[in-house]
Amino acid sequence: MKARVHVTLKNGVLDPQGKAVHHALQGLGFAGVNDVRQGKFIELELDGSDVEKARAEVKEMCEKLLANTVIEDYSIELA
Amino acid sequence: MKSAVILFPGINRENDAIAALEQATGTKPTVVWHGETELPKTDIIMVPGGFSYGDYLRCGAMAAKSPIMRAVAERAKAGVTILGVCNGFQILTEAGLLPGALMRNASLKFICKNTHLKIENTNTRFTNQYKTGEVVDYPVAHHDGNFFADSETLDRLEGEGRVVLRYCDANGVVDPATNLNGSQRNIAGIINEAGNVLGMMPHPENAIDPLHGGTDGRNLFKSLVEAAS
Repeated sequence: MKARVHVTLKNGVLDPQGKAVHHALQGLGFAGVNDVRQGKFIELELDGSDVEKARAEVKEMCEKLLANTVIEDYSIELA
Repeated sequence: MKSAVILFPGINRENDAIAALEQATGTKPTVVWHGETELPKTDIIMVPGGFSYGDYLRCGAMAAKSPIMRAVAERAKAGVTILGVCNGFQILTEAGLLPGALMRNASLKFICKNTHLKIENTNTRFTNQYKTGEVVDYPVAHHDGNFFADSETLDRLEGEGRVVLRYCDANGVVDPATNLNGSQRNIAGIINEAGNVLGMMPHPENAIDPLHGGTDGRNLFKSLVEAAS
């Protein structure tokens, strides 16, 4: 089973990297971009087929290591 | 007086930490490798700067979960003096020993230069040799020193006198123009609730010898010794 984890900065946390990317896109002529937020994508290959068990485990991984919940939110997709 | 320096793969300021502790305590610190599970009995523990685990995932994230950090957390609870500098500060926040997080500098640039800092609280075991409001000069060398915490946490830190160092100019002016890296409220260093753990981005251990260009950092290490003796 694969778990896909998206880690993004919380609302209200400034994202200087996203801002720089936004500026660069504007410089390239992409005028229709209102905002850019940069995050991380982490793909995990897991044992077993119990989706709920996997979800609980990946959630624990996010809380303990993959995300810093002081500044980041995370979402988990299982497939 | 005994001290220990924790060493993780990718740390590169351990020798500066060792030199500063040896100068202040008169004894060479014990170096403890990240895979160890036990610490020698010491009065001071220093988590030095560098790029532990190549700053992978987030600065300090992996080091914070290494076996030795469990022992460091126990010592923190027991009241042992713990100083985290630069990557060491990042590691202590990731380990939950200090609140907040260190984010990418607002300028997105790696900043390597000397900076002025205002000593905001001298009633700590890290700053008792300074005068309140004293302006000191330490080097900084970091890419991710932009201190973030939610406003409730910031108010609490301020209210409890736990903001120990702030970025400022030579005259001690603390404002957005003198904010080195975008840190909230110009915060450069904080202590934990019990007052025995300090995390700071600037490098006092690189301001202990005239050859460094200044010796303003000496009093920080002298403070640790004063507090522990």
